[in-house]
Amino acid sequence: MKIGIPKEIFPGENRVATTPDVAEQLMKLGFHVSIQSGAGNKASFTDSAYRDAGVTIRKDAETLYEKADIILKVRAPESEEVQLFNEGATLISFIWPAQNEELMKQLAEKKVTVLAMDSVPRISRAQKMDALSSMANIAGYRAVIEAAEHFGRFFTGQITAAGKIPPAKVMVIGAGVAGLSAIGTANGLGAIVRAFDTRPEVKDQIESMNAEFLELDFEEDASGEGGYAKTMSKEFIEAEMALFAEQAEEVDIIITTALIPGKPAPKLITTDMVKSMKEGSVIVDLAAEQGGNCELTVKDKVVKKHGVKIIGYTDLPSRLPTQASQLYATNIRHLLTDMTPEKDGQITVDMEDEAIRGATVINKGEITWPPPPPKLSAAPPAAKKAEPVASTVEEPEQAKPLWKQLMPVGIAAVAMLWMGSVAPESFMSHFTVFVLACFVGYMVIWNVTPSLHTPLMSVTNAISSIIIIGALIQVSAPSGLASFLAIIAILITSINIFGGFGVTRRMLEMFRK
Amino acid sequence: MSQGIVTVCYIGATILFILALGGLSNQESARRGNLFGMAGMTIAVIATILSGAVTSYWWIITAMLIGGTVGLAMANRVQMTEMPELVAVLHSLVGMAAVLVGYANFMDTTISLSGAEKTIHEVETYVGIFIGAVTFSGSVIAYGKLSGKIDGKPLLLPARHWLNLGAFVLVFILGKSFLHGAETGGGMVPLILMTLIALVFGVHMVMAIGGADMPVVISMLNSYSGWAASATGFMLNNDLLIVVGALVGSSGAILSYIMCRAMNRNFISVIAGGFGTTSGGSSSTDEEVGEPNPIDAEETARLLLDVKKVMIIPGYGMAVAQAQHAVHELSNFLIDKGVDVGFGIHPVAGRMPGHMNVLLAEAHVPYDIVYEMDEINEDFPDVDVSIVIGANDIVNPSALTDPNSPIAGMPVLECWKGKTTIVSKRSMASGYAGVDNPLFYMDNTRMLFGDAKEMMEAIHKAMTD
Repeated sequence: MKIGIPKEIFPGENRVATTPDVAEQLMKLGFHVSIQSGAGNKASFTDSAYRDAGVTIRKDAETLYEKADIILKVRAPESEEVQLFNEGATLISFIWPAQNEELMKQLAEKKVTVLAMDSVPRISRAQKMDALSSMANIAGYRAVIEAAEHFGRFFTGQITAAGKIPPAKVMVIGAGVAGLSAIGTANGLGAIVRAFDTRPEVKDQIESMNAEFLELDFEEDASGEGGYAKTMSKEFIEAEMALFAEQAEEVDIIITTALIPGKPAPKLITTDMVKSMKEGSVIVDLAAEQGGNCELTVKDKVVKKHGVKIIGYTDLPSRLPTQASQLYATNIRHLLTDMTPEKDGQITVDMEDEAIRGATVINKGEITWPPPPPKLSAAPPAAKKAEPVASTVEEPEQAKPLWKQLMPVGIAAVAMLWMGSVAPESFMSHFTVFVLACFVGYMVIWNVTPSLHTPLMSVTNAISSIIIIGALIQVSAPSGLASFLAIIAILITSINIFGGFGVTRRMLEMFRK
Repeated sequence: MSQGIVTVCYIGATILFILALGGLSNQESARRGNLFGMAGMTIAVIATILSGAVTSYWWIITAMLIGGTVGLAMANRVQMTEMPELVAVLHSLVGMAAVLVGYANFMDTTISLSGAEKTIHEVETYVGIFIGAVTFSGSVIAYGKLSGKIDGKPLLLPARHWLNLGAFVLVFILGKSFLHGAETGGGMVPLILMTLIALVFGVHMVMAIGGADMPVVISMLNSYSGWAASATGFMLNNDLLIVVGALVGSSGAILSYIMCRAMNRNFISVIAGGFGTTSGGSSSTDEEVGEPNPIDAEETARLLLDVKKVMIIPGYGMAVAQAQHAVHELSNFLIDKGVDVGFGIHPVAGRMPGHMNVLLAEAHVPYDIVYEMDEINEDFPDVDVSIVIGANDIVNPSALTDPNSPIAGMPVLECWKGKTTIVSKRSMASGYAGVDNPLFYMDNTRMLFGDAKEMMEAIHKAMTD
């Protein structure tokens, strides 16, 4: 089948739905790929790079749409674009079906099959095609870069000849993909990073990125279906707001990423908090599209209110077009790979496959959105609150009373004394040797490096064949049966001696630096 | 040769044996240590043969020639992956020898002792034969389990602890009757009966222990073979045997202890048998935790090519697939590309202590990039990719998080703290402990299904292309 990639016509959209590298891989799946001239320019992919990869260049959108069975796009098509679709074609792009009912109707009339990249379910298997995550990752990174641009100081702390530079303090609200990405980026620049999330199970993730997890002394789990957050109770929100107010006075940069699916973004940063922030502080509001987490956010603008710059860009991924295009194209490639199991360039829309079922919002003109809700949470449910058990196991040992610890020693002492009182002199001298040898063995063996434990076993094995001496003494005994047994014993211990030392030597030869 | 000179030779041999064990403290001195061991053995044997007590030289030479040839042939032919089996066989031979020497000594009528000395001597004989017989049959069963000839699952007879106790009581009663009989020149019947009970006891003991506990069993049998030699030494009034037996015995005991600690299990409970038998109510295994994310060799290759630090965690599966050479080639390729490659070894990885180290050494992996668990567990947050090859329980996070898990509290390699983990495995089957592994469902884990060797080769090939 023929894949076509048109130029994005949305103002300010810099991304493109496939890159030369990905196009090459799509061709390996059996597809023919063509692209509208100049589609990749803003993302630094030139026509000639596509041509070198074997992609056909079409001069305008009309010819492209006409000669394509599958259209790959980033932004949802405008109505003039919908008119260009062939009847029964397939479209893969962001759609946002909930917000774009009119568009859905138009596409359905055209009998187009539509796979919405924003509707790929959040199940583990579909992560490789989760474009929302890859875009969120970029948004989080870019948010820090934007903040850095508008922030008048270093992120990292330094001691210089010209004085001490304190590190910037960054608070990230919402530790989803974007939040974690922002944490990592801010950390990389040297800032002190704190993060807050209503879902307690992300604490480990935050701490694993060397950020401090701001904890609320409040019991409520916000893990909703599909790994997203849900709305919290009133008491919880009050406690949360108090925490933010306290932090706002202290931090230099706030990055908010709090979103609840299908609802306006929660207002977390009030005007009062903005007023309490230091002059020159920066707020980056990643939820600006849904109304913003900050009361003063203006969508798509940078505004200065009460001395604080508030950034409300909604096109952060598009501000990093090369990276965003590459990740988005790879997500689409994974989806197409799953849809062409035979690798023959023919796609099948398998409505039994949970990932594809979720993404398919229109199947041959029939609206199939919304899909049945996914049942599997991307992260295991937070049942695992159990503390590491190591500590609980050790406690009873410490609590052991002294007499219990001393008891074995006491028993051993009594047994020894008893033995000393009844056993003859010669036995006791052998016994002395035995006990001393046990201690020597103990001392020597603790020094053996664990990597040589196998050679240790084979060599001690060979050495324990010293029992051959017993057999050697017995072999000359007058009793025929006894000496026969002794000969057998010599035979098998010889196997052991030669085998044990031999194999030890062989093993040790192999240990090389 | 006079008795005095023989004793001096024995002292020399004893020192050489201690030096032999001491030499194993690091790789450089280990080879010299082995030579010390050989020298000690040669001196001890020659001194004994030349002492006045020995006359039948031809028999000795014939037996040693045959035995030596067989032993060397075994040593040279054995596959490194089969080391645990070989060690088990060799243990059984020591046990067997202890039994034979015990019987020969008992039948030897030239020894004339009386009173307490005689009683003690008989007790020593009895104990020596008992330990020898247990070592022998236990090792044979261990061999069967390791080589797959016997089912690796623990065989749990009802009331098995009572059976063991009963056997002990019986052995004790037989011992009394043996001592009574020996005074009047008899005692053979109780001795043979006791030997039979000891053999059954050894079989039962090892049968009840599961596959993952094999490292403990092997080191425990190692220890027993030492105690058997020591008991024989008491019986023969021979200090060399006593000392060497004690060295070997304590060595095996320490190894068992280390293995038990690495599994956070009590030695007694391992020996009493049954891994995974207490796992009835594991909470996390019942619920659906998600789907594993598969990955293919090409993608793995691409992933590995742009990382800085890779940790390879081998397990028994690597031994089964004979993948150590492929792993080495892969790691060499990455090292040449400037990647920092390390190997992380769990103390109980494989089927005997140090098993993985030997396999990696066989594949010429330099030992200074092979690390113990304690050395590298802290470093995992810096690791970009961990490759788990045929390991399961030793990388199971539920050991730390789920107090109901049968492996709760066992120290594990915390590879999930790294950025990405790739698990090479044949299927989703659980490990020997029979516990589900949440690692496989984690977001940063990718499952590379297939034969470990083929997969490693495929990754290597995809990288060179």
